[in-house]
Amino acid sequence: MLVSAEDVRVGYGPHEVLRGVSATIAAGELVAIVGPNGAGKTTLLRAIAGLVTPTAGRIRCFDLDPARAPRRDLARRLAYLPQRYDVAFPFTVGEIVVMGRYARRRGPGLETAEDLVAARAAMARCDVAALEDRRVDASSGGEQRRALLAQALCQEAELLLLDEPTAALDPAHARALFTALGAECARGAAAAVVTHDLNAAVRYATRLIALADGAVVGDGAPAEILASAAVARAFELELHVGVLPSGAWFAVPA
Amino acid sequence: MSSFVGGRTRLTRGRLVAALLAIGGACAVLAILAPLVGTDQGRSGWHLTFDDWLTDGDLVWRFRVPRVLACFVVGGALAAAGSALQAVLRNPLAEPFTLGVSSGASLAAVIAIRFGLAGALGGAAIGVSALIGAAVTIALVWRLGKVGDSLPPATLLLAGVTISMFCGAASMLVQMTSDFRDIGYMVRWMMGDVGAVTYDQLAMAAPAIAAGLAVLVWFARDLNALAAGPEAAASVGVDAGRTETIVFAVASLLVGASIAVAGPIGFVGLMVPHALRAVVGPDHRVLVPASILAGGGFLVTCDTLARILTPGNQIPVGVITALLGGPFFVLILVRAKRSAGLWGMP
Repeated sequence: MLVSAEDVRVGYGPHEVLRGVSATIAAGELVAIVGPNGAGKTTLLRAIAGLVTPTAGRIRCFDLDPARAPRRDLARRLAYLPQRYDVAFPFTVGEIVVMGRYARRRGPGLETAEDLVAARAAMARCDVAALEDRRVDASSGGEQRRALLAQALCQEAELLLLDEPTAALDPAHARALFTALGAECARGAAAAVVTHDLNAAVRYATRLIALADGAVVGDGAPAEILASAAVARAFELELHVGVLPSGAWFAVPA
Repeated sequence: MSSFVGGRTRLTRGRLVAALLAIGGACAVLAILAPLVGTDQGRSGWHLTFDDWLTDGDLVWRFRVPRVLACFVVGGALAAAGSALQAVLRNPLAEPFTLGVSSGASLAAVIAIRFGLAGALGGAAIGVSALIGAAVTIALVWRLGKVGDSLPPATLLLAGVTISMFCGAASMLVQMTSDFRDIGYMVRWMMGDVGAVTYDQLAMAAPAIAAGLAVLVWFARDLNALAAGPEAAASVGVDAGRTETIVFAVASLLVGASIAVAGPIGFVGLMVPHALRAVVGPDHRVLVPASILAGGGFLVTCDTLARILTPGNQIPVGVITALLGGPFFVLILVRAKRSAGLWGMP
C-alpha cells in the first residue's frame, strides 16, 4: 500500500475539516476524490502530501510519516499539484517545469542532461513543449496548469496527488491528462485526483472516494459509488450513471 | 520579457559565466578607476582631477580605496539581501527598508549617539549599536509576522512597516532631546555614508558579509522554487519553513552588518535586483551573484558621484542612491509596462 490513512482528523482552528477519514491508495490505482465544496478533498490531499499535520489519526506514505519526513525524500517519490499557484517572478514554462527536479540534487548547481531529458519528456506529454521559452505568467490559465502538471510528471514520482488538475483545461487536454495518468498508473505509479469532473472520474478512475462534510461517504468502483444514494445526498443531486455506445462511462445530473 | 540570451532562456553554464564575467568586468573597471577620480580647487574654481596610484598614493590608498571597498561590501550585501528577501516574501516591495530593519538600526545608533557612546567607547560603538538594533528589530518583526509555522508575506510586511514607523518616531523623539552637535551627527549618520569607513571596520565586517552571501548563493535553487509559494516549493522538495527562516535571518543580518559599516543606504536592495531581473532573468542562481557584483558597482558609481558633484562638500552616498533610485525605478516600470510586464503583469 503506497498510502494508508486511518481515522485522520484535521482542523484549522476550531473548525474540523476532516472528521475521521480512512483511505488507502495502492500502486497502479487512479483514485478520483469527489465531493461537494468544502467536503475536505483538498485537505485530505494536503494531509497525504504532509503539508498539514493531522490532529488525530495516522497517515503513512511509503512507510513514512509525511508531515515529519524530509521534504526532499518525499518529493522524490511524491508529486503534489496545488489547486492554486501564482508565480511571483517572470520565470518561463521550461524553468518552472524543470524545478520538478529540485530534489535530485543539493546546492545551487545547474540542471544535468538527465534533468533536461525528463523535463522535455514531461513537457511533451503535457503539450507545453512549444511554450518552453514563454513566460509562465503570460500564458493562459490552462497552459499554466499544464506546465505545472509537467513539473509534477518531471518529478518521476510513484505517487501523484493532483488537486483539480483539469479545472482550467479544455476537453481535449483534460482527456489527454487522464490518459497520461492512466499510463503512469499502468506502469506501477498511483494517482489521487481531486476533481469536480464527474464524467472524467467515472470514466478514467479505477476507484472513487466520495467525501462529504469531512467524512468518507463512498469508496469503491466509480460507477457504483456515483450512483449511490449516499453520493446523491452529499451532492444534493441525483446522478445518472451510464455507458455510452463506445463503452465509456458517463455521469450526468439526472 | 527579453532575457539576456534572447529566445532560449534556460540558464546554462555558458550563460551564467557570460553574465557574471560581463558584470564582474564592469565592476573591476569601476574599482580601478573610481579611486583615481577626484576634485581640486584651482584659480578658476573647482575642477575634476584624475589622480594617479603612485604619485597620489596616500590620497588614493588612505581615503578612496577603503571607500570603494566599502561600497562593494555594503552594496553587494544590500542588493543580494534584497533579491533574497523579495524571493522569500514573493513581494517586489520587500527590501531591508520596508521590513523595518534599517529604522531599528537607526534608532539604536541615534540612542548611542545621544548618550555619548562614541565618545566613551570609540566610533565603532555606533556601528555595533546599529547591528544590535537591526538584530532586535528582525527578531521582533519575525515574531510579529509569523503565523503558526508559516511566514505570510503580507503580515511580515505589515509588521515591518509598523515597526519602521515606530522606530522612526522614536528616533525623532531622541533627536528632540539631543544637543545641536549630536543632532548633526545623527542626521549625517542616518543619510548613509561610506566616507569615514576604515580598513579596520572593513576587516571586521567583510568576512561575516562574505559568509552570509555564500549562504544566499547556496539557497539559490530554493529561492527559485519559493517563487510559487511555500506549498508549491514543498511539493518539489524544499523545506520551505526552514529555508524561509534561514534566508530571512541571513539577509537581515547582512543588512545589519552593512548598516553598521555605512549607516542606512536605501534603494540598493530594491533597485539592483529589479534591474538585473530584466537583464539576466529571474533565476536566482545567476541573480544572487549578479546582485552581489552589480550592487557593489552601483554603489561605487553613486559614491564617486557623491564625491565630485558638489566639490568641497561631499553628499552622503545614501542621498545619491535615493535620488537616482526614484527616477530609475520609474523608468523600469514604464519600460516593463510597455514591453511585457514586470511582476505578473502580462
